[in-house]
Amino acid sequence: MTANLNIIGLAREVYKGLPTTLCAGCGHNSITNHLIKALFEYGVEPHKLAKMSGIGCSSKTPAYFVEQAHGFNGLHGRMPSAATGAKLANRELVVLGISGDGDTASIGLGQYCHMIRRNVDCTYIVENNGCYGLTKGQFSATADVGSTQKGGKANEYSTIDVCGLAIELGATFVARSFSGDGKQLVPLLQAAFSHRGTAILDVISPCVTFNDHVGSTKSYAYVKEHDIVLHTADYIAGGREVTVDYEPGTVRDVELEDGAHVLLRKLDVDYDPTDESSALRTIHESRERGEFVTGLLYVDTHQQDLCAREHMVKQPLATLDEETLRIGREDWDKMMRPLAET
Amino acid sequence: MPARAVNDFTIRVATVNGSGSQSSNLVLTNAIARLGVPVAPKNVFPSNIEGLPTWFDVRISALGYQCRARHFDVLVALNSATWQQDVAGVKSGGAVVHEEVFPCKGDTLREDLSYYAVPFTALAKEHFADKGDLRKYLMNMIYVGVLAQLLEIPLPTIEEALRTQFRAKAAAVELNMSAVRVGVEYAQQNLEKHDPWRVVPMSGKIDGLLFMEGNRAAALGCVMGGCTVAAWYPITPSSSLCEYFIQYCDRYRVDPETGNRSVAVVQAEDELAAAGIVFGAGWAGARAMTSTSGPGISLMAEYAGYGYFAEVPGVIFDVQRAGPSTGLPTRTMQGDVAFAYTLSHGDTKHIVLLPATVAEAYEFAMAAFDLAERFQTPVFVLSDLDLGMNPWLTPPLQYPESSFDRGKVLGADDLSSMKSWGRYRDVDKDGIGYRTLPGTNHPAAGFFTRGTGHDEEARYSELPDVWERNLDRLNRKTETARTAVPPPVVSEKKSTKVAILAYGTTHHAVVEARDFLRDAGVEVNYLRVRALPLPAEVAAFIKRHDRVYVVEQNRDGQLYGILRTELPTYLIGRLQSIRHYNGVPIDAHAIIDPLLEEQREPAVVAE
Repeated sequence: MTANLNIIGLAREVYKGLPTTLCAGCGHNSITNHLIKALFEYGVEPHKLAKMSGIGCSSKTPAYFVEQAHGFNGLHGRMPSAATGAKLANRELVVLGISGDGDTASIGLGQYCHMIRRNVDCTYIVENNGCYGLTKGQFSATADVGSTQKGGKANEYSTIDVCGLAIELGATFVARSFSGDGKQLVPLLQAAFSHRGTAILDVISPCVTFNDHVGSTKSYAYVKEHDIVLHTADYIAGGREVTVDYEPGTVRDVELEDGAHVLLRKLDVDYDPTDESSALRTIHESRERGEFVTGLLYVDTHQQDLCAREHMVKQPLATLDEETLRIGREDWDKMMRPLAET
Repeated sequence: MPARAVNDFTIRVATVNGSGSQSSNLVLTNAIARLGVPVAPKNVFPSNIEGLPTWFDVRISALGYQCRARHFDVLVALNSATWQQDVAGVKSGGAVVHEEVFPCKGDTLREDLSYYAVPFTALAKEHFADKGDLRKYLMNMIYVGVLAQLLEIPLPTIEEALRTQFRAKAAAVELNMSAVRVGVEYAQQNLEKHDPWRVVPMSGKIDGLLFMEGNRAAALGCVMGGCTVAAWYPITPSSSLCEYFIQYCDRYRVDPETGNRSVAVVQAEDELAAAGIVFGAGWAGARAMTSTSGPGISLMAEYAGYGYFAEVPGVIFDVQRAGPSTGLPTRTMQGDVAFAYTLSHGDTKHIVLLPATVAEAYEFAMAAFDLAERFQTPVFVLSDLDLGMNPWLTPPLQYPESSFDRGKVLGADDLSSMKSWGRYRDVDKDGIGYRTLPGTNHPAAGFFTRGTGHDEEARYSELPDVWERNLDRLNRKTETARTAVPPPVVSEKKSTKVAILAYGTTHHAVVEARDFLRDAGVEVNYLRVRALPLPAEVAAFIKRHDRVYVVEQNRDGQLYGILRTELPTYLIGRLQSIRHYNGVPIDAHAIIDPLLEEQREPAVVAE
């Protein structure tokens, strides 16, 4: 393998997309770059990647990576249903949903919840800046109480924490990160690709144009100041030996469904991402302190995803033919006997 | 005794819903059909689980008319709450079988009716005291026995019908048969027949037919049409369509060895999500459907527009019910035609199929998947409660002989042999581009599907000429669709210039109305529209007539409105609109009366 090629022999270039049309300095552009790196390093096959999004600044970003892949820029807040349908039609697809905080927590809250309930096998990224960028800075439902708009108006309505909510709904993979922390985000993204089920990544991603001022709790300055990193993460692909040296008791090793590992190196506190109530408590307490905890907040690798629960055949449903799908002639004729039913 | 007293009358059973009369009514229906007598049942039920009035009409028609009859001749009255209105509705000369304790005095004692009092409650108590919850069902079987005796339906025929109803479960058949016998014996010993209504065996009219609801037929169409992804939200009157689909899939789409299923069904959180699942699946190459009713398509409007503009296949069944709003959830209407045709904002136009019969519910369901993939667009199948939920006599559904038409899909090999391709290029000049599916292993396969403005290469564009060009191409697709959708069915004689134009279940009332009008000296030609966009034949037909009555089951004349928009101006004046919209299925007189009125006094043309 050439150093410049990934495990499936593709160059990093293949994972790039069209030039961004978002504002310079937008957190979303950083996330796009981290995604390119994660997709490249993971070795996602471009033709199997389904890039799904809704509407908003965040939802434009699928155009900016893996240009070869199919994209589905759908309706505002309704991407989860389309992602569900795409996965059911072809379970071999790697479904990657990109959404924003308005798209997820305001208009799309219902679909977000039900995607999680069904454990649709996909990676779902919330590019979370607490405001509506495309319509010029209105609050979204993830804006913190007291956080102000550019004009000074403070948000009075309680915030929706998409991570806490996801865990409450039975999510099987929930992580939070910061667009400026690629070191943490890239391995978390790769772990999300390895996870079988809905992987939620809430990525705080400041809006430089409408929400980067003093008074905003989603500005670069505020987030950097209040980002409580739970652990650093290392991703080790399936089939590779875990060779990282670490002191006993300093690292948690989470094995994912495809045999990959994510190593969480503890920092100040020992955090157990498989403990649901402790995850909820940690999220809740950090919010009360005005902080963001980042890292792999919760993971459960023992749940079936939607395709498994539906007992679907291994072959993509989209490829099944008449012979497989139609009722046989003999059964049909029996069904059509005169007056067999009323 | 008048001739029409034999095999030409309607029985109405008036009960309370939740009282378990459905089996009895179906047994009665099946037994009459077993005598070779055409029968058309109509369930008129409330939006309620228990305690509200419900009626079941069994129309017996030697001529085979399947529409609702305006009047009924034989009443089985078991609901004290509606007793008065039920008696008032019986056609003069009719018969009333009623619970003995119902008072017959004043308004409820009509001299022109024959009364048969039966102590149903007391009989059930006497014979089935030990049957617990089953007693109410058995009480209803008693009226089947009373009717069998009064109408001369042979008991072995009732027993065969019971076998059908209870799937030959011996114990259930015997128990119910004992209740039927209680009714027969009571009638033999206590009732003296003094009405003319009788069922007499006949042949040649319904040989080889079977009963089926439109929703069941549509579900079979989905199975045979290769639907692999279904998403739905429960709503009357469409729920049974998906439930039948699930039933058939449980039986025929499961690998007996592995238990693996070649289908996925999701009960979605709402109709909007159901539509999203359908278009997500359609985009990724599966044949996907959802079924709903009016309130559901209101929610689906957003995705319907996306499907049209981003050109994604998907099938939406709309089993129409009475609206606006929640309206009458258990009553019928052709109320969504105009809405579905242009569902969503902006310049949107859909393919809409309009089945009139059970056979068409099946065939159009299959055709919908072919059309959706061929035209890469949403296809609506507009049935209604009357077709969807009532059992109809139908010829056996035909096993499909053709393969799926998967439309213009490029695989990796196709792409390798092409210099270039663009998703929305109109290569064949029919408005339909070539698409690729996610998962196609070729570097050129991917494209960006979007609801925003785009050019031929699927790139974002806001340029005025690009936008207009795209809308014009989409219109070209609509023009192509006119030649591919099910063509109208025409029944025409050169001797008349008067015609009826109708669609969907209104058809069955038109059939009877035309016979009646012919007997009254008014020959009327007939064109039945089976799909939108309207094929060219519709305008050609109207052109050959001086007056065309457009008959439909909605207040505002929705198809009439579409015709007025789309026809050349000089033809519009030939149209007259006839509308029926009281929630119960249209009957022949709803057409005959206004039509004769108009024919007598030609409309004054406004100045």
